Amino acid sequence: MSIETKDHAELAETFNRDENRVDWHDETLWWIRQKRDKSVHQLPEWEELRETASQIKHNVLSNLSSYLQTFEANAIANGVKVHWAADAKEHNDIIVGLLQAKGIKQMVKSKSMLTEECHLNDFLEKNGIDVIDSDLGERIVQLAKEPPSHIVLPCIHKKKEEIGELFHQHLGTPAGNADPQFLTETARQHLRETFLVRKAALTGVNFAVAETGEFVVCTNEGNADMGAHLSDIHIASMGIEKIIPERKHLGVFLRLLTRSATGQPITTYSSHFSQPRKGQEMHIVIVDNGRSVQLGREDFRNSLKCIRCGACMNTCPVYRRSGGHSYHNAISGPIGSILAPNLDMEKYADLPFASTLCGSCSNVCPVKIDIHQQLYKWRQVIVKNGYATTGKKASMQLMSFTLSNPTAYHTGGKVGRWVLKHAPFAVNNKFNPWYKQRDMPEPPQASFGEWYEKNRKSK
Amino acid sequence: MSSRDKILAAVAANQPQLTALPDISFLKGDGTGALEKFVNTLTAIGGKVIEISSLDDIVAHIKATTTLSHRVISTLSGLSEATEIINDSVVLPHTFQDVELTIINAHLGVAENGAVWIKDDLLNHRVLPFICQNLAIVLQKKEIVPTMHEAYEKIGLEKYGFGTFIAGPSKTADIEQSLVLGAHGSRTMTVFLV
Repeated sequence: MSIETKDHAELAETFNRDENRVDWHDETLWWIRQKRDKSVHQLPEWEELRETASQIKHNVLSNLSSYLQTFEANAIANGVKVHWAADAKEHNDIIVGLLQAKGIKQMVKSKSMLTEECHLNDFLEKNGIDVIDSDLGERIVQLAKEPPSHIVLPCIHKKKEEIGELFHQHLGTPAGNADPQFLTETARQHLRETFLVRKAALTGVNFAVAETGEFVVCTNEGNADMGAHLSDIHIASMGIEKIIPERKHLGVFLRLLTRSATGQPITTYSSHFSQPRKGQEMHIVIVDNGRSVQLGREDFRNSLKCIRCGACMNTCPVYRRSGGHSYHNAISGPIGSILAPNLDMEKYADLPFASTLCGSCSNVCPVKIDIHQQLYKWRQVIVKNGYATTGKKASMQLMSFTLSNPTAYHTGGKVGRWVLKHAPFAVNNKFNPWYKQRDMPEPPQASFGEWYEKNRKSK
Repeated sequence: MSSRDKILAAVAANQPQLTALPDISFLKGDGTGALEKFVNTLTAIGGKVIEISSLDDIVAHIKATTTLSHRVISTLSGLSEATEIINDSVVLPHTFQDVELTIINAHLGVAENGAVWIKDDLLNHRVLPFICQNLAIVLQKKEIVPTMHEAYEKIGLEKYGFGTFIAGPSKTADIEQSLVLGAHGSRTMTVFLV
């Protein structure tokens, strides 16, 4: 995909060309953030719930190797087959191996960000296996041959007219019909046929309970259940960090997850899979893919507490105005920006800089991940490792010189104000990145230092 | 070394010092007004609640909302006059694709989110509450708990093959955040309170 060669700023610039769309995207996500607030404010114990969830997840990280083994033993006792994948390639090989062993050439998949991270769909296609994404938003981006732009709302970047056009091309709906009710009904009919004929279903995992060996999958559409209960073989892919210790802890996390994600009190379906149904095979693939490395990074290990609610994206002023695709990673937004550099520091060196460090993400995070602090720490690691861009390095050196040299600082301020006032064309041009999609500010009459000198010191 | 052993070794080497699990017993809901809260919450998320005094009221509901050509199934033996009773787990789950209305019992309801809990011992077929066009649940009023904490306390460590919380009809807002009821699961959800 060509977008992988551009960095966040360049991709955001493309997104920002259509100002009306940016405003619409911004307002839509902020509306979801407001729904979250309304829902959260109904629970006086919300902060205690967050703290408890964070502590449970901390215990999980501190005892993960033991919990994983307990989970495995209990899942096997339940009749589930457990597989381990060190990386994305091994995960994909296991899935293809399971399907080929049964001669299955078609699979239906519900939402799984892990399979996006592993680029499973491309791999299946190369191996002659047809896969259909059953979540409506995922199906839409699949038809558009795009990755999801948001972990909870995969096609939040698309207008209904574009979706209507996609359905017209691929599902034969009348041209120009963009009614969400009509399009959803079309998808329901089309995917019902899919559910009824596909012998293999893959789902993600929201929570895996060590104590019982069961896993929980949450959806609003019912697509995970339709796929799983009609299939001969159900494969569930999970990252090692999905473990929670005990069944009763689900109470804490299920109360937090959907309120944080969409403002609903719970998803329509929270399905607990423990044993395969009679005659069915159930497999769990437990995937590391860099997570154990992140676990060893003291400053960044808390990112593994994430329960994938998307609240940090909905609230982020940068995400809302740059779009999910500008992050060129399966998981976008603030949390994606601290997970991605762990996978490839050079490729994702730009992402921790795609933030204002305002801290809104940390404030809404249901498991209290210190997201904005980790973004700040990643910047330092990235610069120390030599992955900052030349322009960034040069401007940082100039800034460092100016801020440590009073004469340069005062002269710089004066020159800046003079230029803004008398020669605005010198900065209001395309060579100044701050001028893009922005108006430069009115220059102040004097610096704060000069103002203070005049108004306060003399008195 | 297998991938399993490699992963477990890497995790063991990198995991931080053990911290204790927090006590969660202080997280409790308020039982007062749980019934009213359940009704209000479920209604707000698109469900429908009907108080009934006997199964006869359900029979009347079936007659009012379906026609003779509709396939109406149930796992409640008390509804054998008005529905096709599903007590055989041998048939393929796909054979339920033409079901108009499914009526099943639920173990408990949760006031804070309008969800009901159903395990496979009440289902016979796991697919039943998902594949039907319309879903109806029979729930005892006394089985309504305030929050998810009480729900899991009731569920305890009982073994089951499959269990699910269902809260309202299936829905999606994937197209421009416009809420549409009836995504892939049931288009409606009615709870009969006894």
